[in-house]
This record gives sequence, C-alpha cells and structure tokens, in this order.
Amino acid sequence: MSAHSHDGHLPHEPEKATLEGRNKILGFWLFLGAETVLFGTLFSAFLALRDQVLDGPTSQELFQLPLVALATGLLLTSSLTSVFATQALHMHKVKAMIWWLLVTVLLGLGFLGLEIYEFYHYVHEGHGFTTSAFSSSFYTLVGFHGAHVAFGIVWISLLIGQLAKKGLTVTTAPKAYVAGIYWHFIDVVWVFIFTVVYLMGKVG
Amino acid sequence: MAHGHAVKRYSGLMDWLTTVDHKKIGILYLIAGGFFFLVGGLEAILIRIQLWKPLNDFVSADTYNELLTMHGTTMIFLAAMPVIFALMNAIVPLQIGARDVAYPFVNAIGFWTFFFGAVLLNVSWFTGAAPDGGWTAYAPLSSTTFNGDHGFDYYVLGLQIAGIGTLVGGINFLVTIINMRAPGMTFMRMPMFTWSVFITSALILFAFPALTVGLAALMFDRVFDANFFDPSGGGNAVLWEHIFWIFGHPEVYILILPAFGVISEVVSTFSRKRLFGYSSMVFATILIGFLGFMVWAHHMFTTGLGPVANGLFSIATMLIAVPTGIKIFNWLFTLWGGSIKFTTANLFAVGFIPTFVMGGVTGVMLAAAPADFQYHDSYFVVAHFHYVIVGGLVLGLFSGLHYWWPKMFGRVLNEGLGKLTFWTFFIGFHLTFFVQHFLGLMGMPRRIWTYLDGLGFNEMNLISTIGALLMGLGTIFFLLNIVVTAFKPKNAANDPWEDGRTLEWTISSPAPEYNFKQTPLVRGYDAYWKEKMDGHTEMTPAEPLGSIHMPSPSILPLFMSIGLFITGLGLMYSHGEWGKIAGIEAGYVVGGIGLIITFTCMIIRSLVDDHGFHIEPEELQDKGVKA
Repeated sequence: MSAHSHDGHLPHEPEKATLEGRNKILGFWLFLGAETVLFGTLFSAFLALRDQVLDGPTSQELFQLPLVALATGLLLTSSLTSVFATQALHMHKVKAMIWWLLVTVLLGLGFLGLEIYEFYHYVHEGHGFTTSAFSSSFYTLVGFHGAHVAFGIVWISLLIGQLAKKGLTVTTAPKAYVAGIYWHFIDVVWVFIFTVVYLMGKVG
Repeated sequence: MAHGHAVKRYSGLMDWLTTVDHKKIGILYLIAGGFFFLVGGLEAILIRIQLWKPLNDFVSADTYNELLTMHGTTMIFLAAMPVIFALMNAIVPLQIGARDVAYPFVNAIGFWTFFFGAVLLNVSWFTGAAPDGGWTAYAPLSSTTFNGDHGFDYYVLGLQIAGIGTLVGGINFLVTIINMRAPGMTFMRMPMFTWSVFITSALILFAFPALTVGLAALMFDRVFDANFFDPSGGGNAVLWEHIFWIFGHPEVYILILPAFGVISEVVSTFSRKRLFGYSSMVFATILIGFLGFMVWAHHMFTTGLGPVANGLFSIATMLIAVPTGIKIFNWLFTLWGGSIKFTTANLFAVGFIPTFVMGGVTGVMLAAAPADFQYHDSYFVVAHFHYVIVGGLVLGLFSGLHYWWPKMFGRVLNEGLGKLTFWTFFIGFHLTFFVQHFLGLMGMPRRIWTYLDGLGFNEMNLISTIGALLMGLGTIFFLLNIVVTAFKPKNAANDPWEDGRTLEWTISSPAPEYNFKQTPLVRGYDAYWKEKMDGHTEMTPAEPLGSIHMPSPSILPLFMSIGLFITGLGLMYSHGEWGKIAGIEAGYVVGGIGLIITFTCMIIRSLVDDHGFHIEPEELQDKGVKA
C-alpha cells in the first residue's frame, strides 16, 4: 500500500503515488470548493454593505491603487514562484523546490507587510473596524484573505523545514503539492478582491 | 522508515479518546448525539408542559424562550446531525467495501470538535444565559442591543466549533466514497444509503461555509462591535436572514437525504426485492440536492423581497416535490408484491412513508407565497417542519438504528420492545403534531410562551402535550431496549436479517477493525444479494490475503478540540468580565492559549509522520473472523 522509497527512486508524480496522497489532493480540492463558498459569502456581505460608510471615509477617499497594485504584483509573482516549486517537485529537485518555496514565502511576507501597513494607515484615516458596516465588511473580507496568506506562510515555512530534513518522499510530496494549490487559490481570491473591493471601490 | 514500528495500542477509556476507527467514532457520535437528543427531547417536553393549558406559568417567559431556542438548535445541530454521522461512519465504509475512511485522523477531529462545540453551547445553561432568540438567531434579536447577556455568544462560538467538525466530516466522506470503493463498486452500483450520504456530504461542503461566515460575522458584531447586522451602524438585518437560510435550507436536505437512504435500504431488504427504480432514485437524490440551494428565500416570503423573487422561489420550491414524489412512488413500488417482513426497522420505514408525504403536502402549501402569508409564524409551520424532521428524519434514524444495530454492536435489538417503541412513538408523534396544523390555521402563533383561555386552543394543546409525553415514553422504551440488549450475548450473525443485500452483511457483526480480511470483488448492484442468487455464500475476494495497514490512534484530535473550546470560552468573556492580565483582557489571553494548543497539535501532526501499523495475515486467522 504505502510505497515508501528506500532507494531514493521516486515515481514520476510522487504526490499521487500513494492512496493517501491521492486522497489528500482530492480532499484538498473539495476543501477549496468550501473555501470558495466561504469567500463568496464574504463578498456578498461586502457588496451588500459597501455603501454604508456613515461618518467614515468612502472607498474613493481611502484606497490608494499604487500600494494595492504593488501588493497585487507581489502576490501574483509568488503564485508564479510556487508553480516553479511544483515543477521542481515533478523533476525531483528538492533544492530548487526549497529555494522557490522560500521565494514564495518571502513574497507572501512582503504582501502581508504591505497589507498591515495599509490597514494601519486606514485606521489613522478614521476607517476603523467598528466605524461602519462598510469598514466591518471590508476588514472581514480582506482580513480573512490576509489570514489565509499568513496561514499559508507558516504552513509553507514548516514544509520547507520538512523538505530539508526528510527530503522529497511520497509523504512530503503530496503536502508540498496541496500547499501549492492552496497558494494559487488565495491568489485567485485576491484577484477578485482587487477587482471587486479596490477597482470597483475606486470608480464607485 | 521500516514498517515494524511498535504502535502503542490503548485499551479502556484511552482507547475511546484516541480512536481513529470509523466504527468506534460512529459509536461515539451515537452516544453523544443520543445524549443531546434526550436533552433536546426534555426541552421539548418542558415546552409542551408549559403549553398544556392556557395562562400556564410552569416556566417563566424568559426560560420558555431559552427552552425553545435550545430545543431547535440542539435537535438540529447536536442530535440529528451526529446521529446521521453515527450511521455514516458505522456503515458507509462497509457498504463500499473499504477498510477505512479516507482520513481516519480527520474523522476523529470531526467528532471531537462537534462534541466540544456542543458542550460549549450547553455550558450556557450553567452560566445563566442560554440563547433565547430562536434557533435562527435573527438579527437584531441576536444582537447585543437586544441580547446583552452571553446567550448568543455561546450560540455563535459553539456552533462555529461544531461546524468545523461537520465540514471536515463531509469532505472525509466525499473522498472516501470517490476514492476508496472496492473493485467493481461503480457509482451506479453503490447502495442507496451510500449515495444519499454522498449527496449529503456535497451539500455539507457547499452549505456549511455560508454558516461559518454568518456566525463569524455575528460573532464580530457581538464580540468586536462590528456592524454587519446592526442597522444603526449601517448594517443590514435581512443580510443575516439570507446568509442563514442559504445555509439553512440545504441543511434540511442534509438532514433528510440520509433518512431517504436508510428507508431505501430497509424497504428493499424487508421486501426481499431490488429497490424499484434505482437509477431514478439516484438522480432524484442529486436533483433534490441541487434544487436545495435554489429555494432559501421561501423562508423569507414575508420579509418583503417583492413579488418576482417570491414567485421564483415559490416555483423552485414546488419543483422539489417532483424528485421527492419519484422517491415516494419508488418505495411504494418496492413494497408492492414483495414478501414483506414487518420488523421494527421496517415498521419505522413503512410509517415514515405516509408521514413524510403529509409533511411534503404542507410543504407545497407553504411554498405558495400568497398562502404562506397566512400560515407564516403560526403553528401550521411548526406542524410542517416537525412532520418532515421528526416524521421523516427521526423515524428514518430509528429505522436505521434498529436495522444496523447488530452490525454496530453485535446484538440484535429486542423486536418486542422495538415494536412497542414504534407504536408509542408513532402514535405520540401524530397526536402531538397533527393537531398543530389546525391550531395554526386557527391563528395560534408559534414561539409564544402562553395563550389566553377561550380562543379554542385549549383541547388541541392538551392533546399535543399528551402526544409529546407518549413520544417521550417511546424513547424510554428504546433506551430500555438498548439496556436489555446489552446484557444479551454478543451473538448476531453476519447477516442477522438473512435477507441482507449489501456488503456490510458479508462480514462479522460487529465488523473487525480492518473491516474486510480481503477486499471483496463487486459484481453488480446489491453485491451480496447477487452472490446469494448465484448460489455463493460469500463474496469473491479481489486480492490475496496480506498484511493490512492500519492508522495509529492519536490523542491530538481531542486536544485540538479542547483548544478550540478554550478559545471560544475566552473570546466570550473578553469585555472585562475576567479582568486583565498584563494589560490585556483575560478573555483574550485565555482565547490565545486555546489557539496555541490547537495550532501546536496541528504542527505536531504535520511534523511527525504517522506510519501506522500492520495486522499480519496470521493475526487475521487467529482472530477467527469469518469472511
């Protein structure tokens, strides 16, 4: 059942070599289906409430697209580097994999740093979490995404440690593979946030 | 990376706390769900005692609101769902010829998060503030403006934690059914119960995240002063209704579909006939699941969405009667001409059919939006949803429990006591709820604490209360049956009903921990029945005898759930109730500690590889398990 590799010879797609691995990948796709509903509901709530700004600043006054565009650039680039990591996985190159995952994490940290700065800045502009329904739903939607990025950073960092210690095996391969899918998913969510929250917020 | 790892195997209490065996987890779900069924039932009986006569003051109005809210919440989330999960865990892997579920460890997390979420919700009784705004927690009733105590904090956090368990359980069963079927077990050969669990799990997957967001938003409103549902902060109370019901309507199909599956199995077995219209049953189940997401606003006809929305949701709702009707007729045609045995399980199944039809008919009545304005918020609605949930789901669960009890525990329940259970519960049920249709039509509003004399409500309320007591008596007979049966020898045959059609009846009762000594080869629908008809006594194995890989037990799921419990409790009391620690609210500190426990367990799980252990062929022989 569990085809452990003792001789260092890995199958072509090590992430799908065992039933455990295949289960993990299928289950993770399904989990992302649930995540889609989760973010879909958050988007719906945001769209329903985004005009309720009360005394707080409006989205047009608040959002600065250059900053957000930079954050978007960092996150989208990190999606590309995570693809390189998965490609390295398929070529059984552990070192390249670790390297690309490290770049992914650093880019993710850059994104998160910009987001924290952005939130800090907004609070000083009078856009606190409790200011209005707009602000509550904004911070909840964007914050849920940010929490996903933070979780992904911790997760991939731990994976880097495991890959360095245990190498690429039929146990570590599925973990790295699903982490890659996860990272793409939070990027896709960000594309929607950039469009729905920021671009639509800017043009009103 | 050698395989000879010595895995610690526990016994006694530690065995149950660390188990990752789906059959034991099924039993844990049954015990916990059964306990909360009794709690919710007791709340129901207190409600009925309060209403047995006009102007009664058995409980205060405030207590009544708490009882009403906790009865609904407990029965749906803490009783019905876990008992469904009990049957899913106990039976589905056996029905598809699998040795285990896809994620045994996650399965244990599912149980423990449900359990600690349920406990957290019920802690509210002892801290003096149970939630009291209805199980739907409509804003602004559930907001801090109208609910300043901690009642709804327990609701949002308890259900959030329990919801994690449900979601991961749903994913687990989807993957199990897709990836772990025995050779030859194609989708269109799967037993109907497995099909219904498959669709139910898909509904869980797409419905529960909406509840997650709703509960999180309500929690943010209550704990962190957000403005989602607070109109004075620009929030929108109707938004809660949408979010709640886009989860809540699929939820009712999550509840009823497994009951449909049970009835299909039981009716087919005890008629000694192939299920009539199997493929139409499958597609009807899929269609019900699909339409279940299109109808949520029929709970909101009187909210003021306008005639177009009401009209569309009205039509979509009525459409569901079509696949449901297909199912009803298929059951009738399965019974038709069969050599029917009226065992307790079959009595519950046969009792289910007309009862559920009555609930369905009132459902179509309620689906007509203009008529709904008349029925809305009256006892007519109460009668309708108890006919589909108790008359549908609970009868289905009783049927399934009597049917699969020998497979779960190795002992057949006493048939005499079983029939007594059925008749008292069934008659009690109809006494309780049939009259409520008329109470509703006469104008008795639901959710009220008491009513005036002289409105013509007295007699029917008295009848209803007597019926509720009879249902309680029926439940006591069932408990008595469990106790009596537990003292009997554990001697159930592999196929105790002698007419078993599906794979679970090919292995010993209860199933060995590895389920199948050799994975069976499935040659058709009703795999075991097909072998019987071909003159075989057992399944053809699909593999030679070999060592069987098993997952190791783990205490981590328990600790992860305890961590979440602590976090939930801490977050609630973060407004100065517990003072401050180093300048930070003590509640937040406690909440943080809980999260650290949970995340530490997750990290340990990720870092330490679980190699499991192997059961060798010699051991299989030693245990003398009949294949």
